Amino acid sequence: MTTTVPRSPARTSVRDRLLRLAATVTTPLLPEDYLDLIAPLRAGAALRGRVLAVDPETRDAATLTIQPGRDWRGHTPGQYVRLGVDVDGVRQWRAYSLTSAPGRPDGRIRVTVKAIPDGKVSNHLVRRLRPGTIIHLDQAQGDFVLPDPAPARVLFLTAGSGITPVMGMLRAGAHTRSDVVVVHSAPTADDVVFGAELRALAAQGAIRLLERHTDTDGMLGVDELAGLVPDHLERQTWACGPMGMLDAAERHWSAAGVAQRLHTERFRPTVISPGEGGTVTFTRTGLTVAADGATPILDAGEAAGALMPSGCRMGICYGCVVPLRQGAVRDLRNGELTTAVPGDGVLIQTCVSAAAGTCDIEL
Amino acid sequence: MTVIQKKPDNPIAHLSAADIEIIGKELDAIRNRVLAERGEADARYIRTVIKTQRTLEVGSRAVLLFSLFPPAWVVGTLGLSIAKILENMEIGHNILHGQYDFMRDPKIHSTTWEWDHVSPADQWKHSHNELHHRYTNVLGKDNDLGYGIMRVDEDQRWHPMHLGQPLWNFVNACFFEYGIAAYDLELGRNLQKGRHRDPAFRARVRAVGRKIRRQVLKDYVIHPLLSGPSFLTTLAATFTANLIRNLWSHSVIMCGHFPQGVETFEKTSIEGETRGEWYLRQMLGSANISGSRLLHIMTGNLSFQIEHHLFPDLPSKRYQEIAPQVRALFDRYGLKYTTGPLPKQVASAWWKVIRLSLPNRRSTQSADGVPARSLAPTGV
Repeated sequence: MTTTVPRSPARTSVRDRLLRLAATVTTPLLPEDYLDLIAPLRAGAALRGRVLAVDPETRDAATLTIQPGRDWRGHTPGQYVRLGVDVDGVRQWRAYSLTSAPGRPDGRIRVTVKAIPDGKVSNHLVRRLRPGTIIHLDQAQGDFVLPDPAPARVLFLTAGSGITPVMGMLRAGAHTRSDVVVVHSAPTADDVVFGAELRALAAQGAIRLLERHTDTDGMLGVDELAGLVPDHLERQTWACGPMGMLDAAERHWSAAGVAQRLHTERFRPTVISPGEGGTVTFTRTGLTVAADGATPILDAGEAAGALMPSGCRMGICYGCVVPLRQGAVRDLRNGELTTAVPGDGVLIQTCVSAAAGTCDIEL
Repeated sequence: MTVIQKKPDNPIAHLSAADIEIIGKELDAIRNRVLAERGEADARYIRTVIKTQRTLEVGSRAVLLFSLFPPAWVVGTLGLSIAKILENMEIGHNILHGQYDFMRDPKIHSTTWEWDHVSPADQWKHSHNELHHRYTNVLGKDNDLGYGIMRVDEDQRWHPMHLGQPLWNFVNACFFEYGIAAYDLELGRNLQKGRHRDPAFRARVRAVGRKIRRQVLKDYVIHPLLSGPSFLTTLAATFTANLIRNLWSHSVIMCGHFPQGVETFEKTSIEGETRGEWYLRQMLGSANISGSRLLHIMTGNLSFQIEHHLFPDLPSKRYQEIAPQVRALFDRYGLKYTTGPLPKQVASAWWKVIRLSLPNRRSTQSADGVPARSLAPTGV
């Protein structure tokens, strides 16, 4: 969802009146449907961005430079932005950390994407995206940010693409306000995203950088932190990386009784693991029903008393289409799997879809 | 065309129940092959068509601001007619079928799309996608058979009212979008049954009224007013464009199910119908139009009516690709793939409307003696 900055009442009424008048000519379309053809980034449009450049960082990571639409409200270092990009003709939404410092005069933003194995979207962005493409954006979100005033001592504990929100903070000058230690893990020295820039900062003495190359030295254990950064439990710590690392860090800081000093960012909060059948929740009514892997969600819902739109009941009329907020469903005709996480905007035909795991249906 | 089960030469007599299920499996396989390929090319195609249509519509309407000059009138009217045809046929009809829902683009989706037509999208989706496509050519179930005002099958009972049906059909063709709106409302049946007080029916009537008001305001008030001194000529232009669009879409749609060679089915024949039998009914109940690539685009690929009825939710451009495979399947199983050039199919459909305005001749009735053969498993 996007919201627009409130305008002064006088301007609103003139503008609205003009738009209403224009809409009488463009009906059944809206004036914006025509304006989008010529000015997709204009104020008042759904938030979009134009990709200006795709620059490789490592063998499997790249930085996208994006000119956001006029209604982009800016970001705080450490925040992420959700990108809607068409991969194989299908709109996919993913969140990526902003790696540029906010407030550039040209308004451009940068995100850095690491291609993960079998990652449909990340591989597309790193390897196939071409400058000039229009992508869809949400406003920046996330509370993985430094407080104001900045803490005296900071530890950034990162691995892989977990460095990206931290780079956003460093580029905005986090090291000028705090004493910063960065502990970063990557398979090899070449795999360190922003490796040269981080090492340069360390060489200048702006930060203390501890790199761990896991291909040769193995994974970093939290018990090793005491040796590497003796005061790590006294520092305000921001950690970003794989689930396992974050879980271990949370246990470590909790055990020391200083859990409030640890701030984490989980890139993939919802993991959809498809199976056969599952619990279907109709989120508006709160109704919950257990459905097996062979029963259409439409039948399961109706049997449980849900009021569901329906039509041909054979997959041809699209009269039963409803939003799948999150979860996984299987097409009973050909076994095709569809998964969704909140914000994906996935709509499914309930008459030919069976639950393939826990599902939330917006109904 | 007559109820398939009563024909002396039943076109499916040679098929066993197992054959029908194999046909179904082969069609599923064709569908899955398209699904595996469906993607970027289809998305690019529909976006290109939409962009072309919008540019053409805006350009034509701009030219019509000067419609007082005859060349501007001709160019603008022609452009607007083509834009309106594209909007209804290749864009609106197909998006409302959910052909592009896979893109997950909220701007191009069956649940959000509204079209340049007096029938609101949701009402049309109900009567077309849910009823017509499910009950294709089933007498008493599929109201597309004569739209409830005409007799287009020997097995529909003759009424003196049908004497005038060539005239009704012509009037319906000229104002086709209003005919469809009335049809989607099931206006005749609902008024006959005294449902005019039913709140749900009234709400739908109001929705149609709002849609008509907006459409009329745009084409017959605002656009002519913006044309200033060209008011009257622009009014004539938008009226002509709507007329051309109506005549065109009516002709194309008549060719889909009315021409000679298309079969109809009895209500009882679809009880317990299997997927294979449903497919078979679509195969025999539809007719194609042969022609150029331009013709296919201008018909919204309804010139591949058979393929469309088999797979109503596949992107329309794909019908042309799979048509040879579908036709080969017809040949392999000795089924008749009805197709012909547009003038021939339109003439064939019109001839039926004229012929059936009179009661059946004795010879057609005699077929009644042949024992019924059902598509349903009980009879096979």
